[in-house]
Order: sequence, then C-alpha cells, then structure tokens
Amino acid sequence: MEKLLEVNNVSKTYGDYKALNDVSIEVEKGSIFGLLGPNGAGKTTLIRIINQITMPDTGSVILDGEPLQPHHIQYIGYLPEERGLYKTMKVGEQALYLAQLKGLSKQEAKERLKYWFNRLQIGDWWDKKIQELSKGMAQKIQFVVTVLHNPKLLIFDEPFSGFDPINANLIKDEILKLREDGATIIFSTHRMESVEEMCDHIALIHKSNKILDGRLIDIKRQYRSNIFEIGLKTTNHEVTSVLLKEKFEVFPATFKSINDELQYKVKIPDSVSPNDLVNYLTSQGQLTHFVEVIPSASDIFIETVQKN
Amino acid sequence: MNHLPLIIKREYLTKVRNKSFIIMTFLSPIIFVGIFALVAYLSSLNNDTVRNISILDESGLFANEFTNSSTTHYKILSGTSLADAKKEAESTEIYGLLYIPKTENLESLSKEITFYSEDSPSLSLMGNINDILEREVNTLKLKEAGIDSETIKDLHINISANQETFKGMETSKLGAGLKLGFGGLAGYLLFMFIIIYGNMIMRSVIEEKTSRVIEVIISSVKPRVLLLGKIFGTTLAGVTQFLVWVILILILMAAVTSIFGIDPTSVSASGQAIEKTVDGGTQQLIQEVMMEINNLPIANLIIMFILFFVGGYLLYASMYASVGAAVDSETDTQQFMMPILMPLILAVYVGIFTVIDNPHGTVSQVFSYIPFTSPVVMLMRIPFGVPLWQQIISVVILFATFVGMVWFAAKIYRVGILMYGKKPTYKEIFKWLKY
Repeated sequence: MEKLLEVNNVSKTYGDYKALNDVSIEVEKGSIFGLLGPNGAGKTTLIRIINQITMPDTGSVILDGEPLQPHHIQYIGYLPEERGLYKTMKVGEQALYLAQLKGLSKQEAKERLKYWFNRLQIGDWWDKKIQELSKGMAQKIQFVVTVLHNPKLLIFDEPFSGFDPINANLIKDEILKLREDGATIIFSTHRMESVEEMCDHIALIHKSNKILDGRLIDIKRQYRSNIFEIGLKTTNHEVTSVLLKEKFEVFPATFKSINDELQYKVKIPDSVSPNDLVNYLTSQGQLTHFVEVIPSASDIFIETVQKN
Repeated sequence: MNHLPLIIKREYLTKVRNKSFIIMTFLSPIIFVGIFALVAYLSSLNNDTVRNISILDESGLFANEFTNSSTTHYKILSGTSLADAKKEAESTEIYGLLYIPKTENLESLSKEITFYSEDSPSLSLMGNINDILEREVNTLKLKEAGIDSETIKDLHINISANQETFKGMETSKLGAGLKLGFGGLAGYLLFMFIIIYGNMIMRSVIEEKTSRVIEVIISSVKPRVLLLGKIFGTTLAGVTQFLVWVILILILMAAVTSIFGIDPTSVSASGQAIEKTVDGGTQQLIQEVMMEINNLPIANLIIMFILFFVGGYLLYASMYASVGAAVDSETDTQQFMMPILMPLILAVYVGIFTVIDNPHGTVSQVFSYIPFTSPVVMLMRIPFGVPLWQQIISVVILFATFVGMVWFAAKIYRVGILMYGKKPTYKEIFKWLKY
C-alpha cells in the first residue's frame, strides 16, 4: 500500500524533558490509524509536529512523498483535543474565517458549509453565536470546520468527547464515510471500543517511545494467548473439572448459556493444537461452546504499557 | 496563501463590533465634554458673585486708590468709628472691612492695616488689596525722599529680554511653552494609546487561550503571523476609536460653547490673561502664537510623531501580546506588567522633569536613544530642535528593537499559547526561548 504520511526518527526535547524519542510511524493511504498511549506519552507532541505547530529537533516528516512544508497545512484537517471556537463570533462567520485560513475561497467555503450544515441539520445555527450553543452543538461546528476543506489527512484527537451516544455515532459514521471518500485518518483516543471498531492500524506511544506498531489484526495475532473459552456438558462436573485442571492451565469463566454446563477458559501450550483440545473435550462430554479468546485492544494497551 | 489581511480584518471587525467598544467610543467624548462644561459652568458661577468691601481710611491716604472691578466693589466710609463700621459690616451683606488707622509714620502704618471679614478672605482678593496699598506706600516713601511721581514713572522700565538662537532664530518664553505643550501632548497621547490598546491586545490573546481556539488557528497560521495580525488589527481599531473621539469632542465642544456661551479659554486662563484679552491683546496673543507655531519644525514634527508613535506603540504592543500568551487569565498578568509599565512611566517622568529643565542635557539625550523611552522623550525634545541625524538614529534603534521584540515575543507566544494550567515563572519563560 502507498504511504500518505511517514514520520522518520523524530525526536523532540523541551528543556530537560524528552517528549519524543526517535519515533517513526507510517500511515497508509485510505486507512484509519490509531495513535494510542497513556496521558503525557507524547501523542500530542507528535500530532503537533505533523501539523507544523512545533518543529522536531531531529527526524523528518514526509507527506505524500514531499518533506513537510508550510503549504501542506491545507491538506491536513486537525481537530485538537484542546479545542474551542471564538465565543462571541457568529457560527457562519467563524466557519468562513477558519475555512479561509485553510486556503478556501470565500465562495467555495460558503457552498461547502451549506452542504455540511444541511447534512448535519444545523443550518439554522448560522447566525447564532457560539456562546449560545451547547457544548455538543459547538463540537459539531468544530467537526465541520475540521473537514470542510476536504483534507487528504485528517487528525482527530479525542473526536467523541462532548458528544452524546447518538451524536457520537453520527460523527463516527461521518468519519467512516470520509475514509470511503479517500481521506486518511489519524485517530487518537482513549476509548478502546472505538479503536477496536474503527482502526486498521495502531501505534502505541509510551514514555516518549513507540512501543508497539502494526495492523491491529497482526498485533492481536501477536498477542494471542492460546486461551479458549469452552462449555462442556458432562455426566459428572466435579470429575471432569479435576481431569481438565490436571491436563491444562484452566481459569474460571462465565458466559451466557442456556445449558447447564462447565464453563472454563483453557490455555493450551504451543505443542497442542486447538483440534487436539476439541478432540479431548468431545471425548469427555458434549461440547456446547468453543471460542478463541481474542485479546481486546484494551488488554493489549494495558499489558504493553505495564510491561514497559 | 497570505493570511495576514484575513486576520487583521477579523481582529478589526471583532473589536469594532464589540458592544462595550462601541459604547466607550461614543460615551467617552460625551463624558469628557460634559465634565468640561460642568467645570466651565461652575467657575463662571463663582466669578459672577460681587464682593462688597468697606474701607475705613482714617489716614486719608488711600481713598482714591481703590477702583471698582467687575467682582469687587469698594465703599469708602467716613465719619464712623471702627467699632461702628465693624458692627455695620457684620449686620449687612458686606464681604469685609479694610481698616487703615491714622498715623504719622508710614512704616508703622504698614503693620497696622487690618482686614476684617467673616471667613478668611480669598487669596487673590488679599493679594489685590496688598498690591494697591504697597504701591501707594512706596510712592509716598519715594516722595518723602524727594523724588516726584513723574521721575518714578520715567524710572520704571519694563524688561523682557529677547531670546535668539545662534542661528538667528528668535525664541521666546511663549514659544518654549508651546513646544512643551506639543511635546507633552504627543508623549501623553502615546502613553495613553499604549496602555489602552496594549491591554486590548493582551486580552484578545488571553481570550484565544481560554476559549481554546488557539490550537485550531495555529494549525493553519504561523504564530508570528497571528501575532502581527492581532497587533495591526487592534491598532487599526484603536486609531478608529481615537479619530471618532477627536471628531466627536470637537463637535460637542463647539455645540457646548455655542449653547451655553462659555468661553473655553476662561476656564484655565488666570485673571491676568483676562485683563490682557480685555484690553485688546487677544489678537496680538493669537498672532504671537501663530508665529511661534510657524517657527516650529512642523513637517519634521509630524513625520517624527508618526514614526515614533507607530514604532513605540508596536514595540509595547508586542510585549503586551507576549504577556497575554504567557498567562491563562487576566488576573495572572500583574507580575508581568511591571517590566512593561516601568520604562513607560520612567519615560513620562524623564520627559516631564528632565526635558523641561534641559531639553538637550545628557539625561534627555540618553533616554531619547533607549528604544523603550525614546518615543515619549524624543517626541518631547523634537520641538526644541534636535539634529536630524540624532532623530534618525533613534528611529532606527526603535524599529530594530521592534523587530527584535517581535521575534522574542513570537517565541514566547509560540510556546505560551499552548501552555495551560500553571502560571509560568520568568525562569520558565526564559527557557521557552530555547524551545
């Protein structure tokens, strides 16, 4: 796949504090890239470097084949975590101003705003001041302003904060639609279920270093623990339990079921294949439930951060 | 993509449309002229009262010397005793009683004259009376010494030394006053302008921080461009407000003077000046003033006024902007205001005390080169004639410092606008310069 953004060996120091240490990431065109990490890990610094708000001490950033230059800001849409709008300015005026700063002509900006305002059904807010709107309403405006100039690269830092579940879904769908239309998206969030749902690729930054990077599915494979959740109907639960515990590493498990059964998580060693486990279990009774336990993004996050 | 005009336009429109800005623009001149009219009215009220003063002159030497004026009427008493006169003065609407006892000796007389009144009399009235008495006693003493009044008149010569520079330019006391007026006005105007609109820039930077819009903006615009746009936009709004003020004040003044018939010069002018105008000196005075104005280096003054005003204002404005960037709220600005206000206040004091005393002294010269004080001090000095090369050096230093200050402010600004939460120390701000 073609790369839209390459960050190569970027370091950044503030005084004595190293905010980024030799970090590299590659973002494929048309993908959704999850930038994860605990608070204060250096994500915002990296995002600010991509936005040319701060300059890296060393390393380079390549956007669409070219080293980052001032005119590139028109290809990037950025929704910062610390965001807001001019409180006393009218919605329409403000959106026009911000769009013009991104290089759109006034006429073009007006047309696109009309389209987006209709799409999100906020057309009648045009002459309202931001301070008259609720936080969620202001966030919608902020979203529109971010995507208005059809940027190739969209960077969303906690895009769902301040939205109720309905609007959060609405925004999520808009983001997915933008990706379909060809935009590449960098997505920084602490909401792991959105990562799970949306990201193709993730990178994890911790204490200024990148400690994990890759396609989400590959990372999950890498973090697979060979644990299977099983349900087994037997004639004597106690005896089977003892047998299972002798043969495998076993953890208690609970899941919804209509059967009266043994419920366990079973970890098998590398020498044993899942088929062997199934064969053994069927020999003991009736197998009602057999699922591989896939590590969640949240598990991976916690495990990796704690390990480092 | 040139963002600067866009930013200037937004800053300007936001300021100009702001309700409190509009109210201040139109209310201030009204308040100003209102206070002026009130003062003028009150002082004319004061002048209208006529004071009646009785004089009991037992010596018979001074009776003819007291002539009525518009505010004081004298009444010569005769044939009453002091006790009766006092009683009468107390019971009637008489302001005071001047008692001159009979005496042979003029010297002892001077110590025995007494003025009786209910309250302590006004200083100017006592001064007048003392003057009259003194003049007459002097004349009498000279007569005693055998010099007659004609000789005395001949002897009395008024001296008013002509002043001329070595280049042959005539100068005068009036001219010096005018020059001070020009310089003082220019310096004061700049001082006010910096404080009012510098603060406005600072608030607008803080507003962007507190509303958290700043990161959205600087992902599209370089902080330096935003900083310059803010300074220029606010300056334009300030100039607009100033112009409206000047025009409104002129119109209102004209209206007030024509409606109430107040002579604006009467408010500040002292009694002597009024006398001068009364005896037809007005035209002469105006002529003298016009001549002095013509003698001033007008073109030089105007050009330098604009250059120093713009340079000085921009220099301080960028300092205000960096203070705004360094803090989170207006209440935190206090500790950083000192380094801005100190040189400004110093400039005004140096301007007032040193330049008046000696416009070309060492202190005045030094302070008219230091960029933080030069706009005020140099503007005050120029009417007194400063060599052009000195002015040019000072302007160059000023603008070079401005460029340096913008660079410095932009550094603080770039880091500061993204810092939230804690109030930085000077040490931390110094560190930011290296980021």
